[in-house]
Amino acid sequence: MTNPPAAKRAYLKPPITEVGVIGWLRNNLFNTWYNSLLTVLALLLLWQVVPPFFKWAFIDSVWNSPAEACRDIEGACWSVIPQNISFIIFGFFPDGQQWRPGIAMLLLLGLVIFSKDRKHWKKSLGIYWLVGLVTMATLMYGGVFGMPVVETDQWSGLPLTFMLALFGMVAAYPLGVLLALGRRSTMPAIKTICVVYIEMIRGVPLISLLFMSSVMFPLFLPEGVSIDKVLRAQVAIILFTAAYIAEVVRGGLQAMERGQFEAADSLGLNYSQTMRLVILPQALKIVIPPSLGILLSAFKDTSLVVIIALYDVLKTTKVTLSNPKWTGFSTEAYIFLAIFYFICCYAMSNYSRKLEKELHTGR
Amino acid sequence: MNETANRKTETPADGLIIDVRGMHKWYGDFHVLSDINLQVKLKERIVICGPSGSGKSTLIRCINRLEEHQRGQIIVNGTELSKDIKNIEKVRTEVGMVFQHFNLFPHLTILENLTLGPIWVRKTPKKEADEMAMMYLEKVHIAEQALKYPGQLSGGQQQRVAIARSLCMKPKVMLFDEPTSALDPEMIKEVLDVMIELAEEGMTMLVVTHEMGFAKSVADRVMFMDYGEIVEQNTPQEFFDNPQHERTKLFLSQIL
Repeated sequence: MTNPPAAKRAYLKPPITEVGVIGWLRNNLFNTWYNSLLTVLALLLLWQVVPPFFKWAFIDSVWNSPAEACRDIEGACWSVIPQNISFIIFGFFPDGQQWRPGIAMLLLLGLVIFSKDRKHWKKSLGIYWLVGLVTMATLMYGGVFGMPVVETDQWSGLPLTFMLALFGMVAAYPLGVLLALGRRSTMPAIKTICVVYIEMIRGVPLISLLFMSSVMFPLFLPEGVSIDKVLRAQVAIILFTAAYIAEVVRGGLQAMERGQFEAADSLGLNYSQTMRLVILPQALKIVIPPSLGILLSAFKDTSLVVIIALYDVLKTTKVTLSNPKWTGFSTEAYIFLAIFYFICCYAMSNYSRKLEKELHTGR
Repeated sequence: MNETANRKTETPADGLIIDVRGMHKWYGDFHVLSDINLQVKLKERIVICGPSGSGKSTLIRCINRLEEHQRGQIIVNGTELSKDIKNIEKVRTEVGMVFQHFNLFPHLTILENLTLGPIWVRKTPKKEADEMAMMYLEKVHIAEQALKYPGQLSGGQQQRVAIARSLCMKPKVMLFDEPTSALDPEMIKEVLDVMIELAEEGMTMLVVTHEMGFAKSVADRVMFMDYGEIVEQNTPQEFFDNPQHERTKLFLSQIL
């Protein structure tokens, strides 16, 4: 209601040794003799490790030179990346056509950035995505406007990684929510189906699912019918991720107080209104942190498609390294990939924190 | 079901808004409510009291089917409660409920809490719903908080919002399930004042409460429940001055 009246007494500053840099050092690094010892040891270790790495990575290194120049140097040969960049990014997409996946990726990136702002979460966003996706598919596949057809088995590198990851996450989430609701359903048939599905999928590794989708599944199809390999991998990833999402969402649903259901019921809201307007917005907010964990692993797990001979960005990098000219520079290439994966994951986790903060409504 | 289930009169011919006949309820083997008979006329104000565990909350929760009864009939505004979900939803739109723990929706603003029911259940246009919500917020003296979230309000304010939320559905009956039991003492009065205003305007009310002062000044009828039965019911004057039953006397001596 009203703020309490301001206290009418003098407020003293805390002692100088407790605040500021000195206070922080005392409280955090040198507060006991064994913490002081650990601090000194850690500093020594850093001294041993950091300067040599710095020298290797930045001082003795070459950044963009032919492979031969790398043979005589002590430091890192970062050249392996710029010299092979178009293969690492676009893989087997035909030369001269690589602007197409390039534009498609930029479009995708633009859409993702646009969608981050909650102010844009309207019906029009769905239309933008639809238009964007059709444009991207056209660019990738071609066959119109004089663009030659590029079959999906030539899609590789970064566009493939992004596609598998993004659609994997976007499609798995709603499916997971439905499964979670189904598992809590009072209808025995629906409940059983959901439980069996979730437990079965969670009981097998993603690799075996990918194998099944690429090796076993075609055996069951009638003669002459074939389903695209990339699509099958995509579906396997979606089904796999959805099972994990389902359990996380179920946890969020269980955290909801019974009073929320009762309040919605007593207003006369029906089941789907109650879920959509009252329960899910709260439950999904609760499970943002664990959902993010699952989405991050889904993103990184896309690199497993290599075992069914799809060339994601990890595999195109490996292919580069198998070129005799560039063998031996795997450290540099993998550091580059690690940075790429880290940037993507860090952006996602940053965004989830921002979303949590925005959705916080006190209490 | 039977003929009562299909009656659709606006106000039932017998003038009863709630008609409970021979109702029993069990939780598993435990017989929570036994042979409940309760007739409520329009504009009647009933206070239900009794020791904890006596079934008084369960009784009013049966009236909007938050709890299911196993035997007997409950007819609300001419609609009999059964497993038929359409009938249940119909009854719930006519019956407002205020909970002990408010149960506001924490992810929505106060205004959105109030307009949710009207917009989605009554299909009221948003602008109209907003205006009505503001009117009811004025009524519970809290209009200036409309754009805040429930977590930013005190308990007493939240409970008044909860009352306004129910009123926005224009219910024919209001059920109160211990509306002041979770409040700090200094906030009880602001909630009771709103309830008294509501009673004076002629709202039909069923109130489960331990606030005997409220019962004395507002109720048309006070009901005492113990061990899942309605032990005694009377006008407040008779009930408090001249209780008939031993159990009522014991209860009154403990709380007054």
